[in-house]
Amino acid sequence: MSIRGKAYIGGIFEHPTRVALGKTLPQLHAELAKGALADAGLGKDDVDAYYCAGDAPGMGGIDMVEYMGLNNVRQIDSTETGGSSYVLHVNHAAQAIAAGHCKVALITLAGHPAADAQEGVRTRFGGETPPAAGFESSYRPTIVNMYAMCAQRHMYEYGTTSEQMAWIKVAASHHAQHNPHALRREVVTVEDVVNSPIIASPLHRYDCCVITDGGGAVIVVAPEIMKSLKRPAVKILGAGEAPKHLMNGRVDLTYSGARWSGPKAFEEAGVAHKDIKYASIYDSFTITVLETLEDLGFCEKGQGGKFVSDGNLISGVGKLPFNTDGGGLCSNHPGNRGGMTKVLEAVRQIRGEAHPKVQVPNCDIALAHGTGGLLGSRMGSATVILGNQDS
Amino acid sequence: MSEAKAKVRAPRVNHETKAFWEATAQGKLHVGKCDDCGEHYYYPRALCPFCFSDKTRLALCSGKGEIYSYSVTHGKEPYTIAYVTLEEGPTILTNIVECDFSKLAIGQKVKVVFYDTGEGNAVPMFTAA
Repeated sequence: MSIRGKAYIGGIFEHPTRVALGKTLPQLHAELAKGALADAGLGKDDVDAYYCAGDAPGMGGIDMVEYMGLNNVRQIDSTETGGSSYVLHVNHAAQAIAAGHCKVALITLAGHPAADAQEGVRTRFGGETPPAAGFESSYRPTIVNMYAMCAQRHMYEYGTTSEQMAWIKVAASHHAQHNPHALRREVVTVEDVVNSPIIASPLHRYDCCVITDGGGAVIVVAPEIMKSLKRPAVKILGAGEAPKHLMNGRVDLTYSGARWSGPKAFEEAGVAHKDIKYASIYDSFTITVLETLEDLGFCEKGQGGKFVSDGNLISGVGKLPFNTDGGGLCSNHPGNRGGMTKVLEAVRQIRGEAHPKVQVPNCDIALAHGTGGLLGSRMGSATVILGNQDS
Repeated sequence: MSEAKAKVRAPRVNHETKAFWEATAQGKLHVGKCDDCGEHYYYPRALCPFCFSDKTRLALCSGKGEIYSYSVTHGKEPYTIAYVTLEEGPTILTNIVECDFSKLAIGQKVKVVFYDTGEGNAVPMFTAA
């Protein structure tokens, strides 16, 4: 697809300051966004895509989206190539617009090395403190307790139980026993999970994923290249993405960004939930899977506990086989980033190359979903739907 | 201040948050308030995250709220992280302190207490009201 004539530049703004004394870096980003939107005659809520590079503090644009109170972003890109980043972002934004993924893309760059020099602040390269950190780090947030609070609230609102969440680990362990590379291959029971030590209430040790090294890689190719290859074709049918944050203090921990990324992926793929034969669901913790399954629409909000119970996620047993490699809960969570392995197992399933004990018969359509950051504060969600050649 | 209280990690303060943190030394908790759209928000920041107005200020809070969610991190010295919904509206990340962690509940009424950082400010935490 060419971007020629598919996208335009509708607004610009250059900050008048040259020495930004008394201002913070996020503040400059926000002032720039405000200026460019005013120039375009657009409002903050019109922005559905955000692009930034290494000058923006925090994690890949997620912190900036929260800081600026952008609530409708469904495309996010923080590709970092130094000073050239923002030209490249124009191209990426045009591609995304041409592909129908967004309509109003905001790109910001800001810096204050001159002010830092005058104020005696050491200029930082590659990582300014995120704006929310000053209001959070004193409270000793950990990855576990920031997900645990989501579980606690979900249990309170919907009556979800530890036993129901445990079924997610049980299903993963049933799959991991067949993966010779899995870190933990022992099959566990619901009792094993709820009797394992509490790490951060209400999450037990077995509600948490493994910590491993390693990694993964994916090659995406053009259709004509695919034809020349000797491997089974795995088609990208649709995708969706969205950051989710604390909404200026209107906190709701019972859902994830999958609420937005999922429907977009399904719409683009033109498939229904019943068509999904296999799902790779990011499983940093059992609660991550539970909320994601609800948000993707595999069951009603609040019914996730019931949905995952009684082996419903076990290949050959339940209606929605998930994470047949053993997932992050049992097999692998390389570098504490599990999105890659989610894509890999979905590809294996469509190729028919998963372990025979967990291979889903006629797996023509599969879904892979990634969660980044913290479900309990600011996060990124990404969903991709894959299919075989005939899909 | 007890010895345990002095262990609280000092926040990173910047131009936007200086006034908020200075007030904590006087036992005052604020949220951000926009004089254009009228919304209260947290954390405080220069431009309103609801409408991008720069007519923003700090609004003093009553210090009362209720637990939205919480988690007790187990270990040698268990501690409780929580989100507390303030009377003014915003829900904020905090710690619950000086109470029986086994009796905590979502919806429980709490009130603010300040823990000195030893660096000219104090971190707002909450205890049973």
